[in-house]
Amino acid sequence: MRFILAVLAILAFTISPATAKPILTVYTYDSFTADWGPGPAIKKSFEATCDCTLKWVAIADGVALLNRLKLEGTSTNADVVLGLDTNLVVEAKATGLFEEAGIIAPTSKISGHWSDKTFIAYDYAPFAVIWDRQKMKNPPTSLKELVEGPADQKIILQDPRTSTPGLGFLIWMKTVYGDKAGLAWEKLSKRILTVTPGWSEAYGLFTKGEAPMVLSYVTSPAYHMIVEKTDRYAATKFSEGHYLQIEVAGLIKNSKNKELAQKFLKFMVSSGFQDHIPTKNWMFPVGKTTKPLPDEFSKLISPDKLLLRKAQTVAKNRKAWIAEWLKATSK
Amino acid sequence: MPYQRAETPTRIAGFSALLFITIVTFGAFLALATRATEGFAISEVLSDAYLGRIIRFTLWQATLSTLLSVGLAIPTARAFARQTKFTGRDSLLKLFALPLALPALVGVLAILGLWGRAGWINQLTGDLLSFSIFGLSGILIAHIFFNLPLATRLFLTSLERIPVENWRLASQLDMPSSSIFKFIEWPVIKAVLPGILALVFMLCLTSFTIVLTLGGGPASTTLEVAIYQSLRFDFDPGRAVTLALVQLAITVVLLAVSFRFTKTLPNIVSLKSTMHRPDAHTISARIVDAGFIIAAGCFVALPLAALIADGLSSDLPKLLSSPTVWRAITTSFVLALAAGTLSLTLCWTMLKAINNQNSLFAKLVGFASSTILVMPAIVLGSGWFIVLHRFGNVFSFAPLLVIIINALMALPFVHRILAPALAESTRQHNRLIAGLGITGWSRWRLIDFPVLKKPLALAFAFAMALSLGDLGVIALFGSEQITTLPLLLFKSLGSYRTHDADGLALILAFSCLIILYAAEKLSQRKARQC
Repeated sequence: MRFILAVLAILAFTISPATAKPILTVYTYDSFTADWGPGPAIKKSFEATCDCTLKWVAIADGVALLNRLKLEGTSTNADVVLGLDTNLVVEAKATGLFEEAGIIAPTSKISGHWSDKTFIAYDYAPFAVIWDRQKMKNPPTSLKELVEGPADQKIILQDPRTSTPGLGFLIWMKTVYGDKAGLAWEKLSKRILTVTPGWSEAYGLFTKGEAPMVLSYVTSPAYHMIVEKTDRYAATKFSEGHYLQIEVAGLIKNSKNKELAQKFLKFMVSSGFQDHIPTKNWMFPVGKTTKPLPDEFSKLISPDKLLLRKAQTVAKNRKAWIAEWLKATSK
Repeated sequence: MPYQRAETPTRIAGFSALLFITIVTFGAFLALATRATEGFAISEVLSDAYLGRIIRFTLWQATLSTLLSVGLAIPTARAFARQTKFTGRDSLLKLFALPLALPALVGVLAILGLWGRAGWINQLTGDLLSFSIFGLSGILIAHIFFNLPLATRLFLTSLERIPVENWRLASQLDMPSSSIFKFIEWPVIKAVLPGILALVFMLCLTSFTIVLTLGGGPASTTLEVAIYQSLRFDFDPGRAVTLALVQLAITVVLLAVSFRFTKTLPNIVSLKSTMHRPDAHTISARIVDAGFIIAAGCFVALPLAALIADGLSSDLPKLLSSPTVWRAITTSFVLALAAGTLSLTLCWTMLKAINNQNSLFAKLVGFASSTILVMPAIVLGSGWFIVLHRFGNVFSFAPLLVIIINALMALPFVHRILAPALAESTRQHNRLIAGLGITGWSRWRLIDFPVLKKPLALAFAFAMALSLGDLGVIALFGSEQITTLPLLLFKSLGSYRTHDADGLALILAFSCLIILYAAEKLSQRKARQC
């Protein structure tokens, strides 16, 4: 026991540094604060302007982030929450923990799709089917072709009950097929290799060569081109349009550093923050960056149409849509 | 029987340990239940037709997986028990403890390295079979990969404790192999079989990543998935608690049945158990044993080899020169060491307080250290989060919570290794101890430790390896300050860094091997002369 206490004492000691500057606590998801993520660089550039300490608190993913807030309630330590996606904002608002951010979002490609006074967008990417050039020749060019294509060329999907891309694809199908979504899922299920709990498992299986297609983002090939110097993986453009994922941040009502938090949100849409999004978070920035995006980004597909359902519609129908999906795919 | 009654302080300590476990588990349930949303109705959850389907599939896959894993483990363990001298035996057995310590996702990727579309089997056959393991077959293969080696090691520990007198007798009577199995081995196997069956069944019952990833679609869903979903995605604590209680109820029924059939080992006094089996060297025995050892060995070792191959092709020098990786390694070891110590202490304290193997207390201890396995980490974690965050920043409690929950999660394994060994040693030495009046520290130093150091070391190594590979608990409480190897691995996988993840998996596997190796070395050191 004494040993355990000693260990705990050491751990407790190492995680509580003393500082006199005000501390801004930002809750975000895991990969944002990784060494290779945008977190460390953003911390540095924000701290250079604010005379404060920016403290990231990383929680697994967007969904876990919202649940953490629900668990903590009004006693949360967060000043800002960064990393929810648009499908979660209705629930996030219902907690009553957020207030209007009081900043004006910059105009961007997605301004027409998302303008909210509480939750400010900081990056976005359309979902897309990524295919492996070494494993297939003619990728589907529409959702219809994907649904009706040959059963021996499989796709890996994520579970809409446990992952945000999974939910995104579910809504995509619903938006394109409407009442016939159940039928379409039934057809598609022959092409589904497996449905994983999250994006990581699906993408891991895909790059291990288990299937020629996976659901990911339009921006995914940029990672492979820039970091791995390969164009083996590409996104395929669907004629029906692509469903959008927009990542947003919000201000906590009970924050004791509200002014600082607002300053951070303003900073969030400026180039000091946006510069780190494309090649560290592998998403599109909503604001201007100091330098133009790397050339590789111009090789990415550019969807003709961006799809996004109203957050209220999604919140109201999510359970029914998931039930429909379950019924159609678990036959 | 000459039972020596445990002294009062020992009894109190044992009861306290049991109470602690009960409070940790049910406290979490209660805390979560208080957060049930308004208008929540248990009846609504239970009357859902979908739940019935989940339960059926959960039980079906768990039953099949258990029967296959344990059924194959018996002849495999017997083969290892008979063939004690072949080259690589020790290494192979150490390798057998490895799957247990791997996070499920790493195991799944390893299995796909062998069986997958791009795996070795399909590559060797030139994609002729275009063999796909997704579906029930994938779930079964993965469950056998994780549980066959575990069950084999547990059976083997029991078989190796068969007293040398039995083998002498068998030699004198010139017993054929079949009689040896019937009269010597089967009673030992039978005694531990219900416990091992229950353990493996519970592990398969609560399987999550394997079932979802390899299951091939939402038709393969377990109760654990539903619990996770209701807490992680829907944040419906009422539903999560109800489902967790359903899972617990299934387990309780199962354990009650398994306890009904658990027998205590025959009371035999042994001096030492270096055995010389009369049936080890017949040709037929050698062929059969070689068959099982090679088959099981390949089944376990080849996916691990795929994991190593992938790991070696990653940028290991870069990983090993990263301070983040080293911090993760250190954190992992510190947490695992603390969790292992706590787990062993709790189990030992409870076991020492048992006077009579048939007492209610003994049954409760067995029960508590088994059911903990089906308490979803997410339920325990979220429940304690609700309790603790009233007392300040939860992140300062995080290491403590991770250690405690990991220690509890390791209890079923520790208990299964220690309980039979301690019971047997008590039977053997009680007369002597009572006669000489040895108690307390002297008893630990002179009797318990020297006699039990092998199972103690094994239990400790298992507990450590388990918490080293934990992802379920740390995923709830990890932060930049407390990042373990599995968490870092998952983070890498979550940001396209598959190759880094491969390298980290190799480092993780290697760390587990070091622990197992160290435990073995320590337990082989000669006891102090007395």
